[in-house]
Amino acid sequence: MSKNFKLITEGLVKNNPTFVLLLGMCPTLATTTSAINGLSMGLATLFVLVLSNMAISLIAPVVPDKVHIPVYIVVIATFVTLLQFLMQAYTPAMYETLGLFIPLIVVNCIVLGRAEAFASKNGVLASACDGIGVGLGFTGSLTVLGLVREILGSGSVFGWNFIGGNDGMLAFVMAPGAFLCLGYLMVLFNRFFKKN
Amino acid sequence: MEYFLIIISAIFVNNIVLAQFLGICPYLGVSNKLSTATGMSMAVCFVITLATLVTYLINKYLLVPFQLEFLQTIAFILVIAALVQMVEIVLKKVSPSLYQALGIFLPLITTNCAVLGVAITVVTKEFTFGLPSHMLNLGEALVYAFATSLGYGLAMVIFAGIREHLAMNDVPKAFKGVPIALVSVGILALAFMGFSGMVK
Amino acid sequence: MAAQSNLKNMVMVLGLTCLLCSAILGGAYALTKEPIDAAAVAKTNKAIGAVLPAFDETTYESVDVDGKTYNYYKAVKGGETVGYAVESTVVGFGGPLSLMVGVTPDGVVHNTSVLSHAETPGLGAKCNTDAKFMAQWEGFDPSAKILSVKKDGGDVDAITASTITSRAYTEAVKNALAAVSVISSGIEKSNVEEEKAHE
Repeated sequence: MSKNFKLITEGLVKNNPTFVLLLGMCPTLATTTSAINGLSMGLATLFVLVLSNMAISLIAPVVPDKVHIPVYIVVIATFVTLLQFLMQAYTPAMYETLGLFIPLIVVNCIVLGRAEAFASKNGVLASACDGIGVGLGFTGSLTVLGLVREILGSGSVFGWNFIGGNDGMLAFVMAPGAFLCLGYLMVLFNRFFKKN
Repeated sequence: MEYFLIIISAIFVNNIVLAQFLGICPYLGVSNKLSTATGMSMAVCFVITLATLVTYLINKYLLVPFQLEFLQTIAFILVIAALVQMVEIVLKKVSPSLYQALGIFLPLITTNCAVLGVAITVVTKEFTFGLPSHMLNLGEALVYAFATSLGYGLAMVIFAGIREHLAMNDVPKAFKGVPIALVSVGILALAFMGFSGMVK
Repeated sequence: MAAQSNLKNMVMVLGLTCLLCSAILGGAYALTKEPIDAAAVAKTNKAIGAVLPAFDETTYESVDVDGKTYNYYKAVKGGETVGYAVESTVVGFGGPLSLMVGVTPDGVVHNTSVLSHAETPGLGAKCNTDAKFMAQWEGFDPSAKILSVKKDGGDVDAITASTITSRAYTEAVKNALAAVSVISSGIEKSNVEEEKAHE
């Protein structure tokens, strides 16, 4: 069990998908206009990541080598479409906000990357833990980035406005702010967490 | 006139990288050198246009008539993956010189979200381009896809130019590599924001 | 690890995966279709409820004004029409801006609600959140006030730094009012005709 726990914690910092592995940049930049949007996108990816990791670790032994990528993609796309149905039915407003980036989880390199690098070689439980760890790491970075952009751009935290009025620095909610914030957050991460 | 608006809008106003955040991974990955950036841009251009044509037709004549729209994501990604493979095989046979130039980028394109992103956008989103809002027809969709990929190329080539200069500068250690690249893209995106609202 | 590849097992595994996945999705689609439709209906009903006074039931109809078709919900309470909720789409700053405009039969705007928009976050997107901008539409009487933004000599307070969005919003309301005047004049006409028939 401690091994599985370690898998979860590794995804958070040491193998953090955003700051260390530099994967899944598109949703990271596009959906983090506020903390809650970043958190939702992270959780959506976590959902797909855990389920596809589990399914792929189960089928991997019988999948012929030459078609393993298309098969994995079909499995991932199935879970993404399932997620689309669920979100449309139960959280339609959030589905609209995240828009295109929900179906695009299919081509998020994190999901296929974990399937290739981990799930295809490990058991179901370990793969699930790996999915949870990496998913939580992704969710964490998206929430932090969303939080920073929301504080700077709209002067609020999780929708709670602390400056009164709406005089945030708008550029941070828009495209340039996404790149700038992620760049500077990465600098901080390198400075404090990367030991080499 | 309308096609002109689509082109301006897709290249400058709603630039796929700098305003829509699609295809960022290869954008950061292969923009170190101008020559590879140009090669990748051309490969993306080719695949996006072709993939949009095929997925548009599949959606219109297969998925919609049989009410299978719920298979959209799965069908599109499979089509794109198969298409990229086919393009690779055909290029290898027909034009070895072109294959030399684009070949190494092709396998990377399947997971470039710009391709799937554009394919899904043109069949699900309503556009205006100076007209009342409407779904794109095939001609408009193709022009949109082609112009979008030109925008990708433009952003890529500009950025590769910037990065070649960056490489010669003394960058603080924590900024080295991706962080300084992201900050530069941020400033580039700031410049492109000047185009916003030019075409609706 | 992975099994050896030959044509037979490659085709079989790929085909089987596609078939299985499509089947799962087909089932899931059938199961979630009802809640998805319900969510869409709930969204529309919420918008209608927000822009019209209390009503018993609505009917979905459409009207042509200047070659453009407007869909609207006619709200009825106790046999009497209490208002029309008109879906009005115009071109905003970033793309289509779609509103639900509630108009009472006397031609006064009861309230408005944004159905969908593609405006700039933090600027034009405030048409959906800015309390001051949204409140001015409640009970907006076009016979007493001028329906255009202050910059153009009207009485509509624009959203700060988003004149184009505010203009588009105003235009959408104007179109909805025009649609309602056509709807009610059509009804009046038919009433007049009926009265004539009685004579």
